[in-house]
Amino acid sequence: MSCSRRKLLKSAMTVTLAASLPASAFRFLSPAECRAATGTEGTRWGFLIDTNKCVGCGFCVKACKKENEIPYDAPVTRTWVERYVITRDGKTHIDSPLGGRDGFTDQKIRGEELVKPEDIAKTFFVPKLCNQCENPPCVQVCPVGATFQTGDGVTLVDRDWCIGCGYCIMACPYGVRFFHPVHRVADKCNFCYHRISQGRQTACVDACPFGARRIGNLLDQNDPLTRIIMTEPIAVLKDEYGTKPQAFYLGLDRNVR
Amino acid sequence: MKNHLLRPLWCILAAIALILIARHFMVPDDFGVHGKGFTYGFHRLSNVKEWQDFKVKYRGREYCRECHEEKVEKSNSSRHRAIQCENCHGPAVDHPDDPETLAIDTGRGLCLRCHAALPYPDNPRSQIISIDNAEHNPDTDCSECHDPHNPDREEG
Repeated sequence: MSCSRRKLLKSAMTVTLAASLPASAFRFLSPAECRAATGTEGTRWGFLIDTNKCVGCGFCVKACKKENEIPYDAPVTRTWVERYVITRDGKTHIDSPLGGRDGFTDQKIRGEELVKPEDIAKTFFVPKLCNQCENPPCVQVCPVGATFQTGDGVTLVDRDWCIGCGYCIMACPYGVRFFHPVHRVADKCNFCYHRISQGRQTACVDACPFGARRIGNLLDQNDPLTRIIMTEPIAVLKDEYGTKPQAFYLGLDRNVR
Repeated sequence: MKNHLLRPLWCILAAIALILIARHFMVPDDFGVHGKGFTYGFHRLSNVKEWQDFKVKYRGREYCRECHEEKVEKSNSSRHRAIQCENCHGPAVDHPDDPETLAIDTGRGLCLRCHAALPYPDNPRSQIISIDNAEHNPDTDCSECHDPHNPDREEG
């Protein structure tokens, strides 16, 4: 068998290179490992609301107000529950007394309008809270840098830095921001940032007896919330605004705005 | 150059210098562009920590269990197991130190949140046993006949 010098050197080089490769170079990486390697490993908080489960008890609103020190009787709240009663003639009757803080105990809509039970086509309760948008318009308009998005996707308000101009309150298409009557600054739901940072659930999720609310990490594919969002039909509020809301809804009716 | 031209120039330069010095002392060191860039990340970085240090008030069922295991177990084996203790008893905060006792809400309004009858047959609300508030013993607290920790009342 003849072997030219060129061929020998070539083969020797190939063998040397192949031998220097570790076996781990041929291993398949899990999605989690890929994310870690590309630097996108981390947390992105998301929320899931199941309108098929909500009965309008309002425990979430009560818990939110007490946990986050929002004046209990002031007409402001970080989360609220809306009642929708759709009648057979296609009309929509909506109310949210005190944001649903004390639940819905009266058949009358807004305490005055009595819809006859035989006229009702469908009814549902829709809890709402800050959508923690991927592109938050409220942050874009802040003239002083008092509101911002954290690395894990939650929009916060810096109470020491806010001048109370109210631009962000006007900019939010979902109306989740309000003027805090005590601190005199803009305020909004922050997914109970102090609780989720400690590994707890938000106060509203803990308070809900019916499992209508969930919070989870959208970057963790094994998170139960992420699995539902990946595998089940979900909707978001006001998709057309391009804000990319991260609060997702199961069973969202077209009448909900 | 003429003096009347230079004088306002010095004034402007002095004003700019004053503003820059004042800005240096008034703007915190950690204020600037962080995270997602200028549009979404222009802020004071230490504010994130301040929000994380906000006081937790709802401590959860496991915190209650540390002292009130019997009550927690009783409630856990009843039909009210899905309801957190603090939904009715109020946030524990630092109980038993502060507050020493929790103000329990025993009013009818608390029960009516779920148990007030609404004519919504398609709603999950209709799967809960409900009463007409004006008809069902309107002047009595619910807890006089029903035990909230074990609501299945034997017919007497």
